[in-house]
Amino acid sequence: MKSNSAEHLLEMKNVKIEGFSDRRWHDIVNGIDLKLKRGEILGIIGESGAGKSTIGIAAMGYCKAGCRFKPGSSVVFDGLELTSASEEEKRRLRGARIAYVAQSAAAAFNPAHKIIDQFSESVVQHGVGSREEAYADAKDLYSKIKMPEPDTIGFRYPHQVSGGQLQRAMTAMALSCRPDLIIFDEPTTALDVTTQIEVLATIRDIVELFNTAAIYISHDLAVVAQMADNIIVLRYGDLVEEAETRTMLDYPKEDYTKSLWAVRTFEKTTVAGSRDSEPIVKVSHVTAQYPKTKEPVLFDVDFEVYPRETVAIVGESGSGKSTAARVITGLLPPLEGSIMLDGEILPSDYHNRTKEQLKSAQMIYQMADTAINPRHKIRKIVGRPLSFYLGMEGDEKQRRLNELMDMIEMDPKLYLDRYPAELSGGQKQRICIARALAADPKFIICDEITSALDQLVAEGILRLLDRLQQELNLAYMFITHDLATVRAIADRVIVMLQGRIVEQGEKNMVLQPPHHEYTELLLSSVPEMNPDWMDRIMAERTSGKGMQSAGN
Amino acid sequence: MNVQVQQVQKTSFRTHLTRALLEVYDAPLSAKFGLLVIAIYVFVALFAPWVAPFGESEIVGRKFQPWDDQFLLGTDHLGRDMLTRILYGARNTVGIALLTTFLAFILGGVLGILAAVLGGWLDQLLSRIVDVFMAIPALIFAMMLLSIFGTSVINLIIIMSVIDATRIFRIARAVSLNVVVMDYIEAAKLRGEKLTWLTISEILPNISAPLAAEFGLRFCFVFLTISALSFLGIGIQPPIADWGSMVRQTAVLITFDDYTPLIPAAAIALLTVAVNFVIDWFLHKTSGLKDEV
Repeated sequence: MKSNSAEHLLEMKNVKIEGFSDRRWHDIVNGIDLKLKRGEILGIIGESGAGKSTIGIAAMGYCKAGCRFKPGSSVVFDGLELTSASEEEKRRLRGARIAYVAQSAAAAFNPAHKIIDQFSESVVQHGVGSREEAYADAKDLYSKIKMPEPDTIGFRYPHQVSGGQLQRAMTAMALSCRPDLIIFDEPTTALDVTTQIEVLATIRDIVELFNTAAIYISHDLAVVAQMADNIIVLRYGDLVEEAETRTMLDYPKEDYTKSLWAVRTFEKTTVAGSRDSEPIVKVSHVTAQYPKTKEPVLFDVDFEVYPRETVAIVGESGSGKSTAARVITGLLPPLEGSIMLDGEILPSDYHNRTKEQLKSAQMIYQMADTAINPRHKIRKIVGRPLSFYLGMEGDEKQRRLNELMDMIEMDPKLYLDRYPAELSGGQKQRICIARALAADPKFIICDEITSALDQLVAEGILRLLDRLQQELNLAYMFITHDLATVRAIADRVIVMLQGRIVEQGEKNMVLQPPHHEYTELLLSSVPEMNPDWMDRIMAERTSGKGMQSAGN
Repeated sequence: MNVQVQQVQKTSFRTHLTRALLEVYDAPLSAKFGLLVIAIYVFVALFAPWVAPFGESEIVGRKFQPWDDQFLLGTDHLGRDMLTRILYGARNTVGIALLTTFLAFILGGVLGILAAVLGGWLDQLLSRIVDVFMAIPALIFAMMLLSIFGTSVINLIIIMSVIDATRIFRIARAVSLNVVVMDYIEAAKLRGEKLTWLTISEILPNISAPLAAEFGLRFCFVFLTISALSFLGIGIQPPIADWGSMVRQTAVLITFDDYTPLIPAAAIALLTVAVNFVIDWFLHKTSGLKDEV
């Protein structure tokens, strides 16, 4: 090691990056400066498209295909200027002294090789040690980060371990050559809260243990607050604000930063209908099973949704939340039990339902990208239910289209003749809402509709849904794993675990103690905007309070 | 209102046209060459009677006359002008190949999409039938069927399009399977949409790019197979001018150091290469891959 620890390990100066599309170069990053010392963690925060990931990989002297550094940019890692370094020099650094942990471990691992072989690959490649040494080291690391069965888990293939375990295995892999710097690019975004906290704890332990410097990229403030010593906020490739974590949390200066901080304050305003009336949807004792599984995935699920009410279903992945939605929509006919909509029992298979029944219950999907046909114009996407259910054509249809676009706060003149690819993520989700509204429904199922969106955009969607509920007397079933969303929008909460409802009731009742122990685990795993939160939770958990994640 | 809509459509048509021209301008040299060659072939095929100096099957000279001022490429074994026959050949060979490919696409494409959407026993049945067809080499199968049903242009087109439809069925089914799992298909099903809407409105627009690429490749194969069949004497029948049979009819000349038989062969090769250049470019564009800068 050439440098002493007081010097900066990484120094990025005036980094400008541009990308090529539509026949010209666009600026992606406009001159960012940052410095990182050994053992320090820097958090990078911003919405999608802010240039976070681009800066993250630029720290390795790399630009994605179709992008390049602009002249004048400088990235110095331990005395070596990376923007002018040869590929060979950079290759020696990457994996050995700078490591990268990607967002989706499932997509980043090679499915055809065992985890431990992928661990040892870079060790052998960079001549750090032999394969046997790497194996021993991997087992040692796996036990340090408290992976189950550390001696044998590495000999499994990536699909044979859970998502959280794979993400931790990737963190261990990044450490295989004991790098000086690790770049974490949204490493927990794809995970449940209960798994997320374990991965976060692993990352922090490792960074402390080996005095590694790290860049932690995330759009989730509460997560970054736990991890970082310093935080920078980015927007449209510009640096908005830079400060020490506690200062940034307590005294943000810029308006944009303040708006990010304030996102989670939304509270729904619509007053739910009385529970004395008839329920819109009544799910009675439903047990369901997929054709290819041996065991049912839903057991005796029983709940009601009343007019103007929002029922949130929470639980980790695999808890049966989405299966419940599939049963209600008729995609998965239940083994036992029935679904009642507006007083009549629905045929269990959607093929046998009448147009009127199909129209009354609509669904909004998690990924707006795949939920609307990319080859249809917005006019066709939103207009189809109008002509299909209501027989509208010509001027009448045009008037209604304009009304619907106004409802979702998008200009009909501007957007009706565009294709989905010409819209942002939040706008696409609004189009999905408009399509659902076009059918004139009584009940809408929202399946994780905000989880793929940035927080500011997600809040806009929640506000919109709240306003529409008030205006149109809608009932919502809100499937989510995000408890902040639940706090914002729900009237009632249903907590699911392994296909069963473990707790249900009024929001305040479920979210206030005493809870069911699983609800307690879920609630306590949601990161808070307090840098000390994770230390407290981990201390509580190791002292034996609370329960281990249901997944393990 | 209506005027407004028309205006929108007009401008969007114009922007589409500009975009297309820009794309061609940006295309690699190989693709520009391919487009140019295809354009020339299309022109010749459409205007053969005006471009050609003589009639298609008119006997205008002696047998096997050498190249001279009157017969630029000489005459064939009956004394017909070679240049004229080659120009008309573009019309016949390319036209029949194009028609065959179209029929194959309609048949294979529709069945492929249906197999993907409906699945179950229909998918199994169609896929197994296709497997059986594909187990037999296309050329030999075509020869067998042509000798059973007789060699006429109609039979040739039908037999070739059925054989080629099996290949297109596979592609159409495979790409549709990727689309069928999308949420927007589920949303359309839950809306209560019928099969025709699902197929034509929801799936077809999303698989048109790979199918278009496949169309070019298939066209080349059909074109080559028809030429091969004609060369063997069971394809396009005299007196219709066709490149495959022209190679056969003048083949003996090669032993006399006369390269005339190579000209229709070169016409076949050039078109195949040109179409492949264009397809390569198109596939590269639709795959969304970006070159490293």
